[in-house]
Amino acid sequence: MTQNKSFEITILDSGDSFLCKEGQNVLLAMERLGLRGIPVGCRGGGCGICRVQVLGNGQYRTKKMSRAQVSEEDESNGIALACKLIPEGDLQILPVGFLGNHST
Amino acid sequence: MSYNGVMRPGHTCLRVLEMEPSLTHYVERLGMIKTSEDEQGRVYLKAWDEHDCFSLVLREADEPGMEFLGFKVHSMADLDRFEVAIREYGIDVERMPAEELKGCGHRIRFLIPSGHSIELYAEKQHAGNGLGYLNPDPWPEGLKGMQVNRFDHCLLYGPSIVDVVDFFVNVLGFALTERVLDPEANMTGAFLSCSNKAHDIAFIQYPEANKFHHASFLLNSWEEILHAADIMGMHNISIDIGPTRHGITRGRTIYFFDPSGNRNEVFCGDYTWYPDRDPITWTAEELGKAIFYHDRKLNENFLTVVT
Repeated sequence: MTQNKSFEITILDSGDSFLCKEGQNVLLAMERLGLRGIPVGCRGGGCGICRVQVLGNGQYRTKKMSRAQVSEEDESNGIALACKLIPEGDLQILPVGFLGNHST
Repeated sequence: MSYNGVMRPGHTCLRVLEMEPSLTHYVERLGMIKTSEDEQGRVYLKAWDEHDCFSLVLREADEPGMEFLGFKVHSMADLDRFEVAIREYGIDVERMPAEELKGCGHRIRFLIPSGHSIELYAEKQHAGNGLGYLNPDPWPEGLKGMQVNRFDHCLLYGPSIVDVVDFFVNVLGFALTERVLDPEANMTGAFLSCSNKAHDIAFIQYPEANKFHHASFLLNSWEEILHAADIMGMHNISIDIGPTRHGITRGRTIYFFDPSGNRNEVFCGDYTWYPDRDPITWTAEELGKAIFYHDRKLNENFLTVVT
């Protein structure tokens, strides 16, 4: 397993493509390059601002995200918060916005 | 200043996605001290210069945000008086028994029109600030990270701010110190004090109920704010904005996030409030300056990133 592996992330509406290092989250990779395709919020999986849909058969894992923003059903449908999205292959993603109706 | 009523913000309970990184954040980085843990797994923390045994409670959950915000009142008699007054105002009051929160006497909890759970209590176990009460030193050695002095206030987002202000002023005895008016002169932001501070709680009008903008912790100087920012840089803590100054309250500030996305603030320096001061008004077109005095424009996160 190479330490320097990177994956190509494409944001479908903005057309931006960037490299994300193995183990890094997609939002941080994008931010570090000064790109803006995904909105940046808390960066901690809580606010939902960076909510994205992963398209196709992209391989990835996620760290813990707020269930108020990504339900179990969302998760199985490829929805994730970009700040907790760790690619394991090249990915095509589309920002879909945060959920405004939180259960309290 | 109310000597017969609410004394100060006493505690806030935040939900966190994972306890371990959260404790690293609040203990190692902010410099709070873990004082206890209960059977439910809730962790209790205090800032160094607080004398009661906790001001922050953390509970691991599936989504972040604030569970409740508690204020300490001067006496049991005040607590009983408030319970009656709140019911008479038409808001239901729930009694939380003593030790439901470890080390805290019984609390009364009620829902305000913005959807938030607010509590009042009179008694909490004493812990001290480590310096004693006889010929004390000015600070204790061994503090970590940003060394926040105390939990200072929360800014909450929700609907019906005008009704919330009416309740806090007319039932709880707070004063309105600053407000923000929209172009139609409706109040969309309210800052309230129960003390000499420029604010002890604040609200921004927001369509969704019961949302949390930030919990704020006090530092002593601009240099300490810079020191806090350095710690954020060293440990890759997510920064929202700052160091900068707020127009409202004149506070020098940094907004940043805990590992679950709950926003924190470290700040210093407001002005001294007395009840014979007139409230300050900020108009909608100056909202940028009101929130971020140097940049003079709102960052989008201020109005959208909440937990």
